Amino acid sequence: MSHRRILFCAGTGCISSGALKTRDALVSELEKRGIRDQYEVVLSGCHGFCEQGPLLIVHPEDTFYCGVQPEDMAELIDEYLLNGRVVERLLYKDPVTGERTSDHMKIGFYAKQKRLVLHNCGVIDPENINEYIGTKGYEALKAALKMERTAIIDEVKRSGLRGRGGAGFPTGMKWEFTFKTPGDKKYIVCNADEGDPGAFMDRSVLEGDPHAVLEGMIIAGYAIGADEGYVYVRAEYPLAVKRLRIAITQAEEFGFLGSNIMGTGFNFKINIKEGAGAFVCGEETALLASIEGERGMPRPRPPFPAISGLWGKPTCLNNVETFANIPLIIREGADSFASVGTERSKGTKIFALTGKINNTGLAEVPMGMTMREIIFDIGGGIRDGKQFKAVQIGGPSGGCLPAELLDLPIDYDSLTQAGAMMGSGGLVVMDENTCMVDLARYFLTFTQNESCGKCTPCREGTKRMLEALERITEGKGESGDIPMLEELANSIKDSSLCGLGQTAPNPILSTLRYFRHEYEEHILEGKCSAGVCRNLVTYHIDAEKCTGCRACTRVCPVEAITGDKKQPHEINIQVCIKCGACMEKCKFDAVILK
Amino acid sequence: MKEALKCYTEDPFDYGPVDSVLAKYKDQKGATIPILQAVQDEYGYLPYQALERIAKVLKVPFSRIFGVATFFAQFHLQPRGENIIRVCLGTACHVRGGAKIVEKLQEILQLDVGGTTADRKFTLESVACIGACGLAPVMMINNDTFGRLTTQKLAGIIENYGKETE
Ligand SMILES: Cc1cc2nc3c(=O)[nH]c(=O)nc-3n(C[C@H](O)[C@H](O)[C@H](O)COP(=O)(O)O)c2cc1C
Ligand code: FES
Repeated sequence: MSHRRILFCAGTGCISSGALKTRDALVSELEKRGIRDQYEVVLSGCHGFCEQGPLLIVHPEDTFYCGVQPEDMAELIDEYLLNGRVVERLLYKDPVTGERTSDHMKIGFYAKQKRLVLHNCGVIDPENINEYIGTKGYEALKAALKMERTAIIDEVKRSGLRGRGGAGFPTGMKWEFTFKTPGDKKYIVCNADEGDPGAFMDRSVLEGDPHAVLEGMIIAGYAIGADEGYVYVRAEYPLAVKRLRIAITQAEEFGFLGSNIMGTGFNFKINIKEGAGAFVCGEETALLASIEGERGMPRPRPPFPAISGLWGKPTCLNNVETFANIPLIIREGADSFASVGTERSKGTKIFALTGKINNTGLAEVPMGMTMREIIFDIGGGIRDGKQFKAVQIGGPSGGCLPAELLDLPIDYDSLTQAGAMMGSGGLVVMDENTCMVDLARYFLTFTQNESCGKCTPCREGTKRMLEALERITEGKGESGDIPMLEELANSIKDSSLCGLGQTAPNPILSTLRYFRHEYEEHILEGKCSAGVCRNLVTYHIDAEKCTGCRACTRVCPVEAITGDKKQPHEINIQVCIKCGACMEKCKFDAVILK
Repeated sequence: MKEALKCYTEDPFDYGPVDSVLAKYKDQKGATIPILQAVQDEYGYLPYQALERIAKVLKVPFSRIFGVATFFAQFHLQPRGENIIRVCLGTACHVRGGAKIVEKLQEILQLDVGGTTADRKFTLESVACIGACGLAPVMMINNDTFGRLTTQKLAGIIENYGKETE
């Protein structure tokens, strides 16, 4: 039998689902049978389909198994590897049709994706540089080193690539500014802070294909004339840091990094800085302050980092995904890159699909795909057959879009117009059980907590807005609260020092724009129809479903539930403290909120 | 933040670990954060005396070091438990019921978020996203990630780390 390769997804998601234990089981079962040397067992980066993890793929035939547990391995070897009989029960099962398939390209989740940046993620061993080289890795660097610096910058400009870190600034222009600023020392900085809670694409790229990011940074360094770079990574990402370190060492050994790169006389070194947990450090000037060892507080711009950045030197700062696009552009050409996407947003974007969606995970799609295609075709629709309500895009700086906008083609400009923003690319899907006022309150709690306190509008303003939202969700809202929130939101937007404050009101403004009735309902009728805001709901027992098992009466801490055995029970809402214990205990879903 | 101002002090204090960290980083520029990270790795938190020593050796005002140490969520001025439980309250976890997980953990451990049990076995903290959103709701205990949590699963998981539950 020919040499076969078995790939385990070893992204953070699959590791916490137990991928390493399954791998160990496979290896020991192979050893037991004395056939270990006929198989290459590889740990890859994130394959994107975290929902179904742990994932396993057998090459060359590309058979895709999911949810693989250690105890499945013996069967997998005896049935499939040795006898070619596919283990049906471990194949992906379509939640709608119930059909199983071994070809992952037939699964809706993958079929509609365009995996350009992620083409190596889940395919190669990220800790082995030879595998990266084997998929055309570092070819772009070789080509770039033979080009004029300005020609590289022109190519990036022509590609139409815009920054993937949030604002969507044209990357080529940023490079040109940094190139043109005179200076004997310049820096490249990669922003891997990924502070948006609900986004993990940068993490997956770093864990799955770290060399692509390094290659992008080295090319940038050569183009703008920098000899040193920093990657600023969140400390919550230990695996990404580990794989980056390995990648840097290997790239140095192979002469792609260090001094006299590939004999061209170009020197470039890359350092890693671990962040220390502050959302605002994702903002570029705060990030630079943090690398310098100071409190991570933003400063006014201009001067932009391209003029005066790290230690006052011209600095080109880009996001992880932005850098990961660079080798692609140089290798395949700007035209090929620009053939994907929309008029003003070129290429692909990686989205992190999470929330109340069937297929959570990472999906890379061409710019301009509609929200509906992403959520329903790739994401497999809403969990538990519930109704779609809204999707929050761009994290705490972004906004939420309602069902009416599902057909909006997604690009930088259409999102901004709709009151959201691309941000990092986090897509959190919400169903009918999400209260939009509570969601706005959630985001404000986050931004208020993370406000660094340097400027007054953000420090005080987010606090006042949060107080108003807390009042409303507690049922103490007043009719003047909505106009007050709107006024505050707009002035904070206009007057804050950095992007954190300028975008913090977005969740409020967009929920007010699309879900104003929910605010009104809370304030005027004292109702929360999603059943989330505790003060505004009452617990009841559905007499039809209640079997009178008495389980709830036993857990109720205040004896609010009465009723005879085998008879439907009742909750005395005067006594009930809304702790939810009965609801959690009930096996028949008989406890309901009104 | 008022809590933070009450730095925990130890007497007598062992300066060995902080001095060896300082010896390693002394000549690097912008090393404040890596130094604090390394010192915290040694002591488990940032003792007052260690901060004083860092300020003295780096020849910067104590307030600068203190300012950095209190700015970042990662740094702790109080001793923490043997096991650090970090519950995710990121967006993805929030919409899938992260708040319920925190409440249940508070109940099991009889702790507020940020607190440490009297026997110093557990510290309960919250984080905003650990990047495993696909498995929401999620928590980390030390370096292990636990996904797809339900309130029923918690007691069992924590028991494995040495907490007796009835
Ligand atoms: C509060 C705040 C947080 C941010 N967080 C991030 C982040 O986590 N990652 C990131 O790449 N950019 C983040 N940004 C955007 C950066 O300031 C910067 O625009 C970006 O990294 C530039 O890279 P790009 O041009 O490649 O997008 C943040 C901005 C603000 C205002
Ligand atoms: S939101 Fe909880 S892991 Fe990302």
